[in-house]
Amino acid sequence: MSTHTITTQKVNFKVFRFNAEDDYLPYYENYSMDVTSEEVVLDILNRIKWDHDGSFSYRRSCRHGICGACAIKVNGRSTLACKESMTTMIEYFGNELTIEPLSTKRAVKDMIIDKADFWDKHAKVNPYLVADIDEAPTCENLVSPHEAEELDEADLCIQCGACHYACPVVEINEDFFGPAAFAAAYRFESDVRDSDADRLIAVNEEKQGVWDCAKCFECAEVCPKDVNPISKITKLHQMAFKKGVAKNNVATRHAVGFFHSIKKRGVLDEGGLVLYSEGPSIVKHIPVALQMFRKGKITMPWNMPKSDNLDEIQKLIKSSSTVKF
Amino acid sequence: MKKLKYALFTGCTAKQSTPEQMMSTMAVARKLNIELIELTEASCCGASHLQDYDDFLSLVLNARNIAYAEKHELTMVTICNTCQLNTAMTKHRLDNNAELKARVNEKLAEVGLEYKGTSLVTHFLYAIIDDFGLDKIKEMVVKPLSQFNIAPFYGCHNIRPSELHNESHKTAENPYNPTSLDDLIIACGGKNVEYEQKNKCCGFHIELQAPHTAAVLTGNAIAGATDQNADMMVTPCPLCHLKLDTQAHHASKAIGREVSLPVLHMQQMIGLALGCTPAELGLKHHVTEVNFI
Repeated sequence: MSTHTITTQKVNFKVFRFNAEDDYLPYYENYSMDVTSEEVVLDILNRIKWDHDGSFSYRRSCRHGICGACAIKVNGRSTLACKESMTTMIEYFGNELTIEPLSTKRAVKDMIIDKADFWDKHAKVNPYLVADIDEAPTCENLVSPHEAEELDEADLCIQCGACHYACPVVEINEDFFGPAAFAAAYRFESDVRDSDADRLIAVNEEKQGVWDCAKCFECAEVCPKDVNPISKITKLHQMAFKKGVAKNNVATRHAVGFFHSIKKRGVLDEGGLVLYSEGPSIVKHIPVALQMFRKGKITMPWNMPKSDNLDEIQKLIKSSSTVKF
Repeated sequence: MKKLKYALFTGCTAKQSTPEQMMSTMAVARKLNIELIELTEASCCGASHLQDYDDFLSLVLNARNIAYAEKHELTMVTICNTCQLNTAMTKHRLDNNAELKARVNEKLAEVGLEYKGTSLVTHFLYAIIDDFGLDKIKEMVVKPLSQFNIAPFYGCHNIRPSELHNESHKTAENPYNPTSLDDLIIACGGKNVEYEQKNKCCGFHIELQAPHTAAVLTGNAIAGATDQNADMMVTPCPLCHLKLDTQAHHASKAIGREVSLPVLHMQQMIGLALGCTPAELGLKHHVTEVNFI
């Protein structure tokens, strides 16, 4: 029989407290506890409520990483409380831990937030199967294992909101759907049975859609179910080109511009890329470009570098391209 | 110690908008007696934008770049976080999917190349820390940066996804509290600045399509460092550098507060501590002037 030693260490918690009905401003309460290596973050929330202050409020239900209710932030990092071990949190952040709701701006009571923005955006991607289903089928609607693999585990999302409230773009741009909504969009876009015509268009609109993703990978890092939302965002970009939904705008030209530049020189022509992406709007970049020029940061077209063995690159582009725009 | 030797994937900006990054990389390599064989055949990594357009093509092109490092039988070092991400991600996917690797190699065979998976892909920052060693850097410092508070700006693509980082480098990095760049600052004699944005996004990749979001992210980063008394910032990523160095004006407008800090490439910081001249390190190529030398 294997022996497993349980270790204990002292941790100081700084806990966000706020009651929207009574409090003018939020405040923090401090608790010191001995934490064992066996405990998860939810155990700490329970102990605060049961041992220290019965009025402390948070959402919890399944305790098995399925319902998605108990996501909060520890030292600014989104965390599903019932799944995250305290050992990992101490490893990440040390023995001084700050417990906050997913979004302090949206706090209703302590850890409980108003998730309306999350659900509104989720609803906007039609997160359900759109299909002409025979109401009295004579046999099952089969999906092959190969086709099911296309979902790439996007169906594992439990809508906990960890990624949504970790996304820096959601924080700044209130129209942006966010990583969870995109993962849901991909889940149905990649389903062979689905025939929705609006979803992919909606997630390709400027401001709200995938093109505003900053590619920071915060969503992939925090997801408690390893859905890897940014990989789904990348796939939605690719789908937009493959299915001919991609509009001709600065964002799509920014992607296609890399293709043309690499085809021409192997390396990127930075100025050429900006010109190709922006078109006449390039004038707005002139002030910064002039500053950069004065500092020797702009390469003139006649000095533009090229990769050696460029013919190889051009041959590979010819034989390996899978997309046309 | 055996002389360290790597295949250098410069990326595109080092040859265009951040010439100072190329200069300081070579200057530091000379000081540390590290031999860098430049992969002049390499193409652009796609910067995650080609990946949005044509995934398979991006794999073939990146596999070709790595194949050239393999030909030299050397570890590939990158000097750009986004080059690191896209190259290491290609390696990860090909090394874990025999069928995909075979499909890519079928294409590479047309130009007489093969991706084998024998070369590691690592960022120069970690090559210096893991292979050269911070203790040795410390011993070599002739001009300690002891009068400066320096704010490390890590850049997303070196630290996230953390699984990819840890697979590509000997030292694991905590994505929520990275320490390598802090350790490097300390080794150079400087005082490392702790601030909230050190592991956050600079907004570079959406500068064209979402300029406001991008500018706010940049502004928040410079403001965060300023509020913790930083005299300057330092970054291992030329894209972060471009954003922080050239976009301070837009960033200030976006966050409603005047912010501006000199930003060093990590190579320039090491170079200064080891006694390289400002000219060798290309300090005149900064838009936000490096005015403390």
